Amino acid sequence: MDNILELKNITKFYGDKIKTQVLFGLDLSFERGSFNSIIGQSGSGKSTLLNILGTLDRPTDGDIIINGKNTKTLNANALSQLRNENLGFIFQFHYLLPEFTALENILMPVRILGKKIDKEVMARAEELIELVGLSKVKNNLATQMSGGQQQRTAIARALMNQASIILADEPTGNLDSDTTEQIYDLMRMINKKYQTTFIIITHDQSVAEKTDRIIEIKDGRILMDVRKK
Amino acid sequence: MKLAYSIAKRFLGYNKGQTILIAVGIAIGVSVQIFIGLLITGLQDSLIDKTVGSTPHITITQEDETSFEEFMIDGGSFTAVAYQAEGPAFALSENDDASVLLRGLSADGDKLYKLSEKLIEGRMPSAMNEVILGSGLSEKLDVSLNDELTLRTITNQSVVVNIVGIVDLKVDAINNSWVLATLATAQSLFELKDEITSIAIQVEDVFEADVLAEGIMTFERVNEQNLSVVNWKDQNEDLLSGLNGQSISSLMIQVFVLVSVVLGIASVLAITVLQKSKQIGILKAMGITDKTASWIFLFQGLLLGFWGAILGVLFGVGLLLSFTTFARNPDGSALIPIAFDPVFIAFSGSIAIFSALLASFIPAQRSKKLSPIEVIRNG
Repeated sequence: MDNILELKNITKFYGDKIKTQVLFGLDLSFERGSFNSIIGQSGSGKSTLLNILGTLDRPTDGDIIINGKNTKTLNANALSQLRNENLGFIFQFHYLLPEFTALENILMPVRILGKKIDKEVMARAEELIELVGLSKVKNNLATQMSGGQQQRTAIARALMNQASIILADEPTGNLDSDTTEQIYDLMRMINKKYQTTFIIITHDQSVAEKTDRIIEIKDGRILMDVRKK
Repeated sequence: MKLAYSIAKRFLGYNKGQTILIAVGIAIGVSVQIFIGLLITGLQDSLIDKTVGSTPHITITQEDETSFEEFMIDGGSFTAVAYQAEGPAFALSENDDASVLLRGLSADGDKLYKLSEKLIEGRMPSAMNEVILGSGLSEKLDVSLNDELTLRTITNQSVVVNIVGIVDLKVDAINNSWVLATLATAQSLFELKDEITSIAIQVEDVFEADVLAEGIMTFERVNEQNLSVVNWKDQNEDLLSGLNGQSISSLMIQVFVLVSVVLGIASVLAITVLQKSKQIGILKAMGITDKTASWIFLFQGLLLGFWGAILGVLFGVGLLLSFTTFARNPDGSALIPIAFDPVFIAFSGSIAIFSALLASFIPAQRSKKLSPIEVIRNG
């Protein structure tokens, strides 16, 4: 299977005067349609890694190749477009726009792309809403939904532009165990249905164990990289 | 752009209370500006009208104070051109006598000195040997309407005239000395034949008087007869500097109101960037460009400025209306007649919109620098 995302010799330093190295020459690649998790203690550098994977942060050195495109040479606008078209984000604290309804939040990536909200787009949004089980609350403002519903909205939003990669930073970190189970099942189902690549950062051992590949990060280095058959 | 506009609108709509507060803040600034601006303009207009409204703005005389042949003066900027024949005379009544100034006026004289408005009784002189007197003079001579009066010149020419009106010219010195008649009456008494002693001109824009006077100086007839042309501005420097001072202080008040409006908008919009930094971070993570993100704040400024300006114009006009309705003289006339100048009102409104836009440049710039990673890291 081909690699959708590749990291080559990624290093990251923080700070101007006193430099702290967070990542030490990481090499990683992710296959299209795979379902991966990254685990590690807090401060291990896993969130930094995810932000670099998502082009939200730039590495101090090294290359990131997304869908065959090296991001090193791209300017801010080109990066924004790449993010918009290829990457979907799911964060621990949902990060929906509280001023907008669930449906509007889900449609936002399409509007950022500059596409018209036509029948086709609406149909896709409705399909995703149905898929994540939000039909009843789709016209609620983000603040008028439960934590689980907000996270479902974030998942639907991440899928709206047919993102090929979904990066999730502790997507269930804020949810109870039942809801965690539901969200996991949902992500798994999407992975199978749309062949979307998932990279999930988690503390939760039970979630990590359900993924196909577990990468453990410690002190900015890869400690373990296990693939299930 | 469309996306930025709709997000800006939604942001403003979500924090309704705050939005209304800012818009009202801008509105108060605009209304104060409109109110002060038009009040002082009204005050100036009324002051100018009271001081130079019924006097000549430009006067043409013979330099040696003798008479000269009359000639046509025409032009759109002149509202009244009165040909005058005047000179000193003695007025003798049955009871008393006084030295007076007899002034014969052509038809425009009534308009220039606003005589019809100032008549206490009687009518304007229209035929030979009909005169009207200043009210003070009529008291001094102890004469009343329809009485006869003898006028005698220094050269001992005399004529008996009929008093057809009494006029209150509002200034004691003039009230006590002026006798007004038709041009022909004065020309005949002073033996001027067809000649006149001065031309009094009123112009539309009183502040243009000096420029127009210079224009008149180039007239062939003025040069030929060696006439002198003076305008009111040269003769009233104190009044002019007073008016100027008033204009400048009005301008200063308006500028300071404007500055406080701009600073107010800028600081509030700067806070909204902080308030919305999470949203901007999310939008950026989703791929919104820095440019679109900064447009959100420019549109917020524009929308606030627009609604603030509309509200401000309404407040300002309301304030002016209540001022003109309630602040009145004992006789019922407006204390300060205020002209609703739509150009000035529109100007004040557009300045508010423009300054709101200007003020939103700072938060727009700041939003560009906002990185999604900070938002995500800081929760």
